[in-house]
Amino acid sequence: MIYREAGQFKTSYASDQAIFPIAQDRWFVGLATLAALVVPPLAASEYWLQAVLIPLLIYSLAAIGLNLLTGYAGQLSLGTGGFMAVGAYAAFKLTTAFPSLNIIAVFVLSGVVAAGVGLVFGIPSLRIKGFYLAVATLAAQFFLVWLFNKVPWFVNYASSGTITAPNRTVFGVIVTGPNATAPVRYVTALALVVVFALLAKNLVRGRVGRSWMAIRDRDIAAEIIGVRPLRTKLLAFGISSFYCGVAGAELVFLYFGSAETFAFDITLSFLVLFMVIIGGLGSILGSFLGAAFIVLVPILLTNAPQSLGLHLPVALQKQLELMVFGGLIIFFLIVEPRGLARLWQIAKEKLRLWPFPH
Amino acid sequence: MSLKTLWIGALAAALIAGPMAAAVHAQPKEMFVPLLVYRTGPFAPSGIPIANGFVDYFTLVNERDGGINGVKLTWEECETQYKTDLGVECYEKLKGKGPTGAALVNPYSTGITYQLIPKAAVDKVPVFSMGYGMTASADGRWFPWVFNFPTTYWSQASAVIRYMAQQEGGTEKLRGKKIVHVFHNSPYGKEANPTLEELSRRLGFELTLLAVDSPGQEQKATWLQVRRINPNWIFLSGWGVMNQVAVKEAAGIGFPMDHFIGNWWSASDADVIPAGEGAKGYKGATFHAPGTGFKVHADLFKFVYDKGKGAGKKEGVGEVLYNRGVVNAMLSVEAIRTAMTKHGNKPLTGAEVRWGFENLNLTEPRLEQLGMKGFTHPVKVTCEDHEGAGPVMFEQWDGKKWNIVSDWIPVMRDVVRPKLEAAAVEEGKKLSYTERDCAKEK
Amino acid sequence: MTELLYGIAIAPFKDMVGSPAFFAEVLIGGVFAGLMYSLVALGFVLIFKASGVFNFAQGVMVLFAALTLVGLLERGVPVVGALLGTTAVMVALAWVIERVVLRPLVNQEHIILFMATIGLTFFLEGFGEMVWGANVKKLDIGIPDRSFIVAGVQINQLEMFAALTAAVLVAVLGIFFQRTRVGRALRAVADDHEAALSIGIPLKTIWLIVWSVAGIVAIVAGIMWGAKSGVQFSLSLVALKALPVLILGGFTSVPGAVVGGLIIGVGEKVGEVYWGPLVGGAIENWFAYVLALAFLLVRPQGLFGEKIIERV
Repeated sequence: MIYREAGQFKTSYASDQAIFPIAQDRWFVGLATLAALVVPPLAASEYWLQAVLIPLLIYSLAAIGLNLLTGYAGQLSLGTGGFMAVGAYAAFKLTTAFPSLNIIAVFVLSGVVAAGVGLVFGIPSLRIKGFYLAVATLAAQFFLVWLFNKVPWFVNYASSGTITAPNRTVFGVIVTGPNATAPVRYVTALALVVVFALLAKNLVRGRVGRSWMAIRDRDIAAEIIGVRPLRTKLLAFGISSFYCGVAGAELVFLYFGSAETFAFDITLSFLVLFMVIIGGLGSILGSFLGAAFIVLVPILLTNAPQSLGLHLPVALQKQLELMVFGGLIIFFLIVEPRGLARLWQIAKEKLRLWPFPH
Repeated sequence: MSLKTLWIGALAAALIAGPMAAAVHAQPKEMFVPLLVYRTGPFAPSGIPIANGFVDYFTLVNERDGGINGVKLTWEECETQYKTDLGVECYEKLKGKGPTGAALVNPYSTGITYQLIPKAAVDKVPVFSMGYGMTASADGRWFPWVFNFPTTYWSQASAVIRYMAQQEGGTEKLRGKKIVHVFHNSPYGKEANPTLEELSRRLGFELTLLAVDSPGQEQKATWLQVRRINPNWIFLSGWGVMNQVAVKEAAGIGFPMDHFIGNWWSASDADVIPAGEGAKGYKGATFHAPGTGFKVHADLFKFVYDKGKGAGKKEGVGEVLYNRGVVNAMLSVEAIRTAMTKHGNKPLTGAEVRWGFENLNLTEPRLEQLGMKGFTHPVKVTCEDHEGAGPVMFEQWDGKKWNIVSDWIPVMRDVVRPKLEAAAVEEGKKLSYTERDCAKEK
Repeated sequence: MTELLYGIAIAPFKDMVGSPAFFAEVLIGGVFAGLMYSLVALGFVLIFKASGVFNFAQGVMVLFAALTLVGLLERGVPVVGALLGTTAVMVALAWVIERVVLRPLVNQEHIILFMATIGLTFFLEGFGEMVWGANVKKLDIGIPDRSFIVAGVQINQLEMFAALTAAVLVAVLGIFFQRTRVGRALRAVADDHEAALSIGIPLKTIWLIVWSVAGIVAIVAGIMWGAKSGVQFSLSLVALKALPVLILGGFTSVPGAVVGGLIIGVGEKVGEVYWGPLVGGAIENWFAYVLALAFLLVRPQGLFGEKIIERV
């Protein structure tokens, strides 16, 4: 009843091919984005901003990156942590070498550096497929982390071995560094992820995205009809690493503040992969939903017993949390193997018919 | 979908209502300390005894003394699993709890410490990273809110070399000897390296640095190299499973264990369990004694365990890391007590407790009063020196328990302090701090 | 520059030739380590071979098996009883997994099943810790951790025992797969489970058997690794060490797991000892993966893996 497109006539190709052709969708997404922009900085506590929302946005960006590579192009990769580390360390080196460079430009440039590295480590994908490729990308993960540990140039020879985000301003407001407030960092992260998500959405709806999906579904047939596997796969690795690089830079500059290589180890790669799979492979919305699941569910599970008045010892609580989390993953996979994005799609389809049964 | 929204709604309501309810029931004469612990996950074997020691000492202070000058301690444990992001989340959740906010925070992880250092100055909560964390924060002129007394990694390395020299019969005897540093391939593991290299230059011993990749489950290649070098001494800066495997491998290659010294995070009860008999003779550095032979332990049994309020098992009392937790808690309590001498016997804010930390002067008579004579060393903290440059003792595993086998070995302050000050300038500038003038604050 | 080239191309080989006893030690150490990796890799191979599932939870199963065994031993159960008890627990676990995870997801894509095993990993991690506690536990299998010298080469008794056990296990599994009816049925299911169903092979029972056997392999791996480092959470991370073995040997081959393990083990140790010091050491982790990657570029399905037949 509410979600019908009756009365909405498209009079141009552009409006027909829009990302959100149905007006209700446009309103919903627009209002949601506005609400996300306005409500949390004003109303949310620092705990919610700092520990929940900012990491959510940053992980969403990384999940979009991995989704482009794994969900759309079908190249399973476990090197996400390594590429995020490249972005973070590149951003650190760039901003300490060129302090006057705008930090957003620094993020973009560090993404480009990560893209370059991603191109190099994507070369084996021309020969190796499936789970074998995943394990091969682990070589990238371990090597990059080792490199940043080993070569002190990357941390500017700091004795602590960590990189720290310095104070940087955008339009006069301090955006990164110890004096940046949580609402400012939140808005920056939100702006970046919205822009990049839009770019990604357009990318996957265009020729590039279609060539990726062709390679993913039937790569020999795709090659026969003229999709060049070398260019397509390397492009996928490059663009995906760009996103992961920017996300990695944001991780240090907007969330952690300072980091050592431990923050980028293999658990991060697996975490982003979980987000992508749970959220839905081959879906931009799925990246957001998956990140939300992975970030929010543990926090809800941690705070749930207290809010219900139960006082469990912390260790038991954490163990139960792990068990419930694992159980939830299996549950969601059984209910909808194509991820939360598919659940959302089904909900929308049901909403279109509501209140009628069919 | 409806169940999920219900859940989220209920949770949100509870989370909003929770703090308000807590505020209504808050006791006026209480101070809150957040406890970041890791009772689960890969480092739990180390985290559990520390957390128990902490909680037991706080319980003791409440039960035996009625709190600190009448102000009782409350605390809440938050599980971090040694992960940085969970540590930050725990800190953000707990920093404002209690009538005056968090009195102090013990991150118990170098990674989490680095995250909290910039926040501490903004939130006005002192960070007490006892014997770990950012070594450079020992220079209080740059890091007024961070304390790492009684001693730091760099000082520990110098004390270890001094002990080795002592055992060899004098500093000159070290010349030409071979010392190997097996370390965890992370910033924590590398902490001792600059000091060791400097001392190698000054004293003429041959130093080999062998890195072990995290987690250190498989160290065959490292120990083959050690066997080949055939050093006189081995120093271990490990963490977690790396320690257990290192001890086992050393025993396996037949290295004389009494020439194998672990730093104070590599020489605890958990580290020697898998090696069994082979670990006998393994030494470790420490700044407090192991065991239960002190009056404070008798008090712990009497006032805490006999009343059934112990955090862990009674057999765990006296473990190396349990005592670490006790010392940490004791120093925190004494800092608060010192702060009360200036600000009065009432619940204090983090800023007031910081003054207490900075002016802590723990004397030998006071230690005796606390039942800790010989347990740990007196420590004096000043505005410039948040390290205290305390001496280091050495303990040895005899197959059943750890025993102290040395006196207090002083650290080489002349070697360590200049580098520390240089590092402090570097790290402080990264965070855009300015140097305090301690003379002006007196 | 010439120093670097010398250090890479000439010096290590001179070293190997110059101290042959030490080189032999490194090789032997590599062989033993490699066989330990194969032990863990075997579990992966078994499950992948029969059900096409990449069981991410294999590492946690190793941990869980070791925890159960030590837990029973600590409670005073005699060794034989403890082993039987642990086997029973792992079979029960296999039954639960088959019922709750595998059956509902029976025809899904491999990556979905992979994710399900990840959920299983979280669950078992929390469950194992909850039941048995998070402390380090000693696992004493009666073999002293001493070394003896043979022709100037030091050999560690415990490692030799572990290597022999791995070899025996591989032999037993090989015979099981080739000579027994169940083994044949397993291979049929691995080939094409729909065809196997159509000729009457009970898929559910086969999966139960496979996961149980993988569980038993996990017990053995848990005993060997647990004896080395104590039974604690990090045991589950040995799975990461087994992954290069898997890609080198092929996901579907039992002899591949062994050969792969040997190559990775020896390659890792030789690389770390002779080339590692050039770059500051600790290169083992990524060196294993790079080595496997190099092999993969030549044979994309692994040394012994089934050739991937692609259809347009």
